[in-house]
Amino acid sequence: MAANPEPDVPANHNENRRTFLKQSSLLTALALVPAPVVSAAEAKLDERVAESIEKVPLSLKVNGKKYKLSVEPRTTLLDLLRENLHLNGTKKGCDYGQCGACTVHVEGQRVNSCLSFAVMHDGQEITTIEGLADGDKLHPMQEAFVKHDGFQCGYCTPGQIMSAVACVREGHAGSADEIREYMSGNICRCGAYSNIVAAIQDVKQGGQKV
Amino acid sequence: MNQFQYVRPTKAQAAIDAVAKDANAAFIAGGTNLVDLMKRGVMTPQKLVDINRLPLRQIERVGTGLRIGALALNSAVADDRLVREKHPLLALALNAGASPQLRNMATVGGNMLQRTRCAYFYDVAMPCNKRQPGSGCGALEGINRMHAIFGFSDKCIAVHPSDMSVALVALDATVLLSGPKGDRKLAFADFHRLPGTTPERDTNLEPSELITAVEIPDSPFTRHVHYQKVRERASYAFALLSVAAALDLDGNTIKAARLAMGGVAHKPWRLAAAEQALVGQPATEAAFQRAAAVAMQGAKAFKHNEYKLRLGPNAIVQALKTAAAA
Ligand SMILES: Cc1cc2nc3c(=O)[nH]c(=O)nc-3n(C[C@H](O)[C@H](O)[C@H](O)COP(=O)(O)OP(=O)(O)OC[C@H]3O[C@@H](n4cnc5c(N)ncnc54)[C@H](O)[C@@H]3O)c2cc1C
Ligand code: SF4
Ligand code: FES
Ligand code: FES
Repeated sequence: MAANPEPDVPANHNENRRTFLKQSSLLTALALVPAPVVSAAEAKLDERVAESIEKVPLSLKVNGKKYKLSVEPRTTLLDLLRENLHLNGTKKGCDYGQCGACTVHVEGQRVNSCLSFAVMHDGQEITTIEGLADGDKLHPMQEAFVKHDGFQCGYCTPGQIMSAVACVREGHAGSADEIREYMSGNICRCGAYSNIVAAIQDVKQGGQKV
Repeated sequence: MNQFQYVRPTKAQAAIDAVAKDANAAFIAGGTNLVDLMKRGVMTPQKLVDINRLPLRQIERVGTGLRIGALALNSAVADDRLVREKHPLLALALNAGASPQLRNMATVGGNMLQRTRCAYFYDVAMPCNKRQPGSGCGALEGINRMHAIFGFSDKCIAVHPSDMSVALVALDATVLLSGPKGDRKLAFADFHRLPGTTPERDTNLEPSELITAVEIPDSPFTRHVHYQKVRERASYAFALLSVAAALDLDGNTIKAARLAMGGVAHKPWRLAAAEQALVGQPATEAAFQRAAAVAMQGAKAFKHNEYKLRLGPNAIVQALKTAAAA
């Protein structure tokens, strides 16, 4: 598998360039860019940054624990988990739905938490990697990843494991090929793919409750 | 990302009113396209109307067809028993798109309305007539490997990226809409539009109109179907080009055929003349080749997408062969 899920979409350096445009003075920014770009930059600088921030109430159940929160609507579910609830197990890889590092379960279904606003999940139940183990006892999928060396650097691993659990629950772990297809939403830059497939097959064949 | 107001109505009329009141308002469903575009500053709505609480998720039989609510998830539609039985082509196309996680978020309405993946559209520092009318088309003389070979204009050569829509246009679907002026229906083939001089408009949806459902009439295309998607890796990538093929066979003779291509035009591209060329023919590679040649008439490539002129007919033949054998 290639590394970039969406080769035609520019990678994050564009984001940095925009941040730069916003931070530097208008004149400097405009002096640096060619003419056709200027109008686009001006549109961007028109952000109403000073506008008063209206927070919205939000109730969530995360890993069995109830939270009553007040959040800005633009907070993604991923940022809420990491920044507000300090559940840093869920990772931010791309922030654009292209890598799967941010995979969590919402109402039991796996989703990319980076492409969803937290307020859209009012009243829902979220499970993150922190909620998978039973106290000190690892979840069978976590055990299997350890046993099969299903990671190297470990950055993609929380997302891989959340996705793998869902893959088995959905009934999409019938063969190595099916696992590869249904795990394709999780990119591993270290290329631990074959060991990840082995771990999932082990759990599936072991028949434990996931 | 810009600040925005957030409302979450529970009735369709309230959602429509909320968007109609405000020129800068937008519906949000799964969010998988809109949140992405908002993070990049490509779309900057000042108000989001969350439609997830509207009762538009059902998949049900109506008369001699199937009605799929606009909020039905891509994964739920692909797994639905009725869909798999009556319209397996739709399930194949859906499962070829995005990833399992994204399909658990993406809705039918949102999928139809996803914007092009043209890299210039995504980069606010680049000229793009679709994002900013009058700023020019960066792709025309730029990197246009992913771009159109049919139906483009000198204002925009982008393609529509949806896989699901290619199956829906082949299956003669109808889109149900609800707006400030009441309800109406549009043939799926008339939903998306060609760029012409106004590429900023992807579809014929009016501002503040809500998609409520898609209807697919029963058809004989329940078995010999295939969705052939060509991409740069095995999964989780947009199509370079795709083909939806469906055959109704009497022995080895083709009674009726449906063909559509994705990744070639500003809208899902139905191949009516090629379908006609197949009727009454034996289901052989030679007949498929002839239909593919008809399908490609009028195609024109740009600097980097000439490969599509050869990939297109090959993918059509492959899709028809696989469909015939299914
Ligand atoms: C990494 C990645 C890979 C992808 N790969 C593929 C792929 O291979 N094939 C493919 O087909 N797609 C692919 N997608 C796109 C994905 O299918 C779309 O993002 C998704 O279908 C959009 O649906 P949504 O419900 O999330 O829409 P949203 O993001 O919520 O909305 C999209 C647009 O539709 C409008 N809208 C939504 N619902 C309605 C309604 N009922 N009435 C009126 N307006 C409405 C919104 O205002 C918005 O403008 C990919 C996406 C990502 C991020
Ligand atoms: S092809 Fe269309 S979307 Fe792409 S840069 Fe040109 S106008 Fe914009
Ligand atoms: S962080 Fe990469 S998909 Fe969400
Ligand atoms: S273990 Fe390093 S990215 Fe997967």
